[in-house]
Amino acid sequence: MRFTAERLLVRYPRGPGAALDGVSMDVPDGALYAVLGPNGSGKSTLLKALLGVLRVSEGRALVDGRDVASWSRRELARAVGVVSQAETIAFPLTVREMVAMGRYPWLGPLRTEREEDRAAIKRALEQCEVADLATRDVMTLSGGELQRVRLARALAQEPRALVLDEPTASLDIRHEMTILELLREWADGGMTVLVVTHGLDLAARFADHMLLLSRGRVAAEGPPARVMESGILEAVYRWPIAVAADPATGTPRVTPLRGRPA
Amino acid sequence: MSRPALALVLLVALAAAIVLGVRFGPVELTTGEVLAALAGSGPEWQRQIVVDLRLPRMLLGALVGGGLALAGATFQALLRNPLAEPYILGISGGASVGAVSVIALGLAGAASWVLPLAALAGALLAIGLVFRVATAAGRSLDVRVLLLAGVVVAAFFTACIAFILSVAEARTVQSAVLWIMGSLAGARWQSVLVAAAYTLPAAILLMGLARPLNLIAIGEETAQYLGADVERVKRTALALAALLTAAGVAVAGVIAFVGLVVPHAIRLLVGSDHRALLPLSFLGGATFLILCDIVAQVVLAPTQLPVGVITAFVGVPLFLVLLRRSLVA
Repeated sequence: MRFTAERLLVRYPRGPGAALDGVSMDVPDGALYAVLGPNGSGKSTLLKALLGVLRVSEGRALVDGRDVASWSRRELARAVGVVSQAETIAFPLTVREMVAMGRYPWLGPLRTEREEDRAAIKRALEQCEVADLATRDVMTLSGGELQRVRLARALAQEPRALVLDEPTASLDIRHEMTILELLREWADGGMTVLVVTHGLDLAARFADHMLLLSRGRVAAEGPPARVMESGILEAVYRWPIAVAADPATGTPRVTPLRGRPA
Repeated sequence: MSRPALALVLLVALAAAIVLGVRFGPVELTTGEVLAALAGSGPEWQRQIVVDLRLPRMLLGALVGGGLALAGATFQALLRNPLAEPYILGISGGASVGAVSVIALGLAGAASWVLPLAALAGALLAIGLVFRVATAAGRSLDVRVLLLAGVVVAAFFTACIAFILSVAEARTVQSAVLWIMGSLAGARWQSVLVAAAYTLPAAILLMGLARPLNLIAIGEETAQYLGADVERVKRTALALAALLTAAGVAVAGVIAFVGLVVPHAIRLLVGSDHRALLPLSFLGGATFLILCDIVAQVVLAPTQLPVGVITAFVGVPLFLVLLRRSLVA
């Protein structure tokens, strides 16, 4: 799958300026592509525009070369699995029921689960290591467990691409690394993975491409080595930053320095 | 409890409730007398009680109670709020203003269809008003605005009722208050047929939306990503649930708590999958309202209490117990 943005312009009603101001990007097939930037720089807005749930004022969002608005929701859900930032769960629901919702694009409102649907659900539960939680109520899960369940639901859609909005926010080291290793593994298997994150260091280690947003505009784009430069990062985050090769991995590592805003 | 087991229990309970309802009332009949009346071999006065009065009353109770519980479960999913109930959009207020107006004007006795028609018109007015406000902001229907508009519209109608009652005669006030409390006493075969003609198709259509409602219940954005046509499902389900409620209010007045308590109880027993929750809520609501109606008829016989009083008397403690249990669990 390929995601393309062509000079996207998005204005929120009553918002101060444009949330996205002429953003162009291209996520190649099978890449792990990370979108980064300070709070309010337009990362989530960019994802929503690419997924067609947000009306753009100007420009185009394309999925596999076709305007996203021309995809039906069901057709898009068969191709793209999404893990959004958060969802509030108001009713009791088991993990199995939650993950089974990923089959909706294949079943529609009326058809009952077939053998292939049960197999897809089982595979998704196992890959995300939540099979033993299947009968648990999702309201009783820890943050890390819930996030893996939501990932399993996206996987049960059997998509060709995954889009994730801060999937590892507020997770501990083990849970964060588990999810990132899975994403890398799937990308290596040919899945396109588009992920919004705040973690510069980990993005630099896992992603093929990085896009750095600043106030709705693209500040830098390219392989991690090109984006992870102290000059660029200092300008975007408006804070003194040092970048050095990590002694353990050799990849660029960001150190925010003590002091006053640059 | 497993879903088929609960379905079976509820079906048996519904059938038993209907049998009980036909036997008990101001006059108690034996099962033999009921069967004789149904076969047409008993005395004429027994045939009238069974066939003309009690059977349509029980069937109307089943349709209205089932419809209210189904509408309640639907509103709870769409608003992602377990405290939502069918009257939340000001439907009961609108219907009451319509009914109280014709009662105060002395038109209610003119023909049997005047009162229900006025109540339906009031309910539809409320729905139209609330929908218009909620869709005006943009192209998509905002359920939070819908909720807020419903509360405000309901408050306005309450003021209208208070105004009408404060200038009306004492007799008018009493019949108006009795109507507002809800009753199945006016049930005839004609009203059963009318109620069945809208309730059953609307119920079947709503149950067909069970799976997309599952998705919307966890969030509209997520539901879109999972492939649901959220805007269409939302509008269709809201319209069907609102019409079910409006029609129920028109024939039986404002019967409280069925739409709140029943879906809650069912959800505690079988979970939130609407493919089970919706049909089981319908069965549960039908059974609950019939049983309450029997109590309303016999507890102070020969005086008949409004059934809305009993549904509240039973529903409120039940709801509080369920609420406590769901917190403990």
